[in-house]
Amino acid sequence: MTSLEDALRRTRASGRTALVPYLMAGATPDWARHVEAAAHAGADAIEIGLPFSDPVMDGVVIQEAAQRSLAAGTTLDSVCAELATLDVDVPLVAMTYYNVVHHYGLDRAAQAFERAALRGAIIPDLPPEEASPWARTCADHDVATVYLVAPSSPPPRVALLARATQGFAYAAARMAVTGRAADLGDARRVVEALRDVSDVPVYVGIGITTPVQARDAARFADGVIVGSALVSLLLDGASTTRVEEFVGDFRHALDDVDDRRDDDRVPPEQVK
Amino acid sequence: MSDGFMGAPDERGHFGDFGGRFVPEALMPACLELEEAYRDARADESFAHALASELALFAGRPTPVTPLERFSRRVGLRVFAKREDLAHTGSHKINNVLGQALLAQRMGKRRVIAETGAGQHGVATATAAARLGLACTVFMGEVDIVRQELNVFRMELLGATVVPVTSGSRTLKDAVNEALREWVTCVADTHYCIGSVMGPHPFPWMVREFQSVIGREAARQLRDLGVGDPDVVVACVGGGSNAAGVFAGFVDGPSRLVGVEAAGGSAVGVGAPGVLHGMRSLLIQDEFGQIEEAESISAGLDYPGIGPEHADLAARGRAEYVTADDDEVVAALQVLSEDEGIIPALETAHAVAWLVREAGRSVPHGSSVLLNLSGRGDKDVAQVRAILRGAS
Repeated sequence: MTSLEDALRRTRASGRTALVPYLMAGATPDWARHVEAAAHAGADAIEIGLPFSDPVMDGVVIQEAAQRSLAAGTTLDSVCAELATLDVDVPLVAMTYYNVVHHYGLDRAAQAFERAALRGAIIPDLPPEEASPWARTCADHDVATVYLVAPSSPPPRVALLARATQGFAYAAARMAVTGRAADLGDARRVVEALRDVSDVPVYVGIGITTPVQARDAARFADGVIVGSALVSLLLDGASTTRVEEFVGDFRHALDDVDDRRDDDRVPPEQVK
Repeated sequence: MSDGFMGAPDERGHFGDFGGRFVPEALMPACLELEEAYRDARADESFAHALASELALFAGRPTPVTPLERFSRRVGLRVFAKREDLAHTGSHKINNVLGQALLAQRMGKRRVIAETGAGQHGVATATAAARLGLACTVFMGEVDIVRQELNVFRMELLGATVVPVTSGSRTLKDAVNEALREWVTCVADTHYCIGSVMGPHPFPWMVREFQSVIGREAARQLRDLGVGDPDVVVACVGGGSNAAGVFAGFVDGPSRLVGVEAAGGSAVGVGAPGVLHGMRSLLIQDEFGQIEEAESISAGLDYPGIGPEHADLAARGRAEYVTADDDEVVAALQVLSEDEGIIPALETAHAVAWLVREAGRSVPHGSSVLLNLSGRGDKDVAQVRAILRGAS
């Protein structure tokens, strides 16, 4: 088992709903301080966006962050170098597009991730059917390959993705690119489809904008991913303190659910 | 590939090292559904009949092959033009969109979306959508909307909605990104009508098959003219659909196959293998794998990649890919207009420019040449006027 999955299963076993903020590396000058602030404020893992020129799975907020980051000269090397200097005690997970690692060299990229303590990689334009070269090299470097499952995924694909994913399964709440949204969409249905075939931790993302939504998702999912809502704040020049507050608000909402959770919600790990 | 050079790709859509299906999971089921529907339609005679009927009665096929006599004398070659400029909407794009629109209808989709660069594919898609009663939305870069404002109005007249794309370079590449993002949100009732031999499997294969009518017709027409296999088949290449269509008719014969890219958008010349828009192919990118912007006088060739089957044909040495620069292209457009009474599209003029340059050099005098005249130049007249007046 990858160290990412081991850590995230332990988080779940402790009765804690995981909080996974997303930040775009290099989009703001002090992005690394924001990563530390998010960890400090109660994140259980942090997604680190590596910018790509053509992010087809991202909406306007993360597109803008990627453009700013590229304009500032961000590269895979510059991100990994900076991450290696960080002192955070939660796992980091890269999110990028396949061309970035493909061009860098798959084995070199997985090595760089390992050295930078990136314990997993989410590559939304790399389906399992095309992923075997990348997955093989990731396995050599303890980099978990995380897959998205969409509301449109039929049962056989849900099973395929559940088998392929490591660390957690990323349940896309809606048929949309990343961005803010008013509700949880199809999140519950996607989570339940995954529960039917796997005991891997299931985190909900795509559109989670408020602590209230996160709390609602925590009633059926093992974790929540908060991207565009946070990135939007950062693009507007949020301070490190503001990042701590923002992440802290989500943490409190999740803790609230975790504390009150009915005893009949036994973690799937103990069901067997 | 038992049936020669341009057979079907493998079951996951690979042409050699290229192609495949690199899309977000939200779109995977749609790509799989489309592949199944296309395979089903291919095997169904009634689909072939419906498409053939639309191509003949609506699009005006077969298009003729015209001997270009005065141009031939100028360059010392025997040049024959496959007249896709005479197909309805003024380019080869109609061949593909009629196929895809009929398929969309067969799949029960009520709407099509498309990307467009020069506007030709957008106009063709809007046309096919109007013809078949489908709703239509076209994504077009802001830069291209300025360059091709008449085509924007054409699409609107045809009942389509044109959505300006303001992200990235605001050209064709970004229009594809935006169409893919839109498709994620509406995939249940919408077909994405990709305009070239690019994108995720099955698009590169399916679009080539719909365009191969060009090569099939031309091979027969050249036989009827007593020419037989031409020494050279030449076509312009952006994504490469008109080239793929005409090459398909000659790839297993002796003809030299030449694709002409824009000098500022030469994916084969300066590109490296990479993954974009659902496919692995040759892409123009920087040292970090960031996709670079193509630069060309013609919006239709402003694409940093090339269809995966072309990348494979280049790798196997069966076709060669060369370039023409903007100045040569404008001169070639003038030459063909004056010699033959045919104003070609700026895209098409790249193929003409290469012939003008290579006649008597890599193409020996007296050679027979099939030029795929992929589109007419009406859409470019204002731009060419501005260039020529600026130059004088």
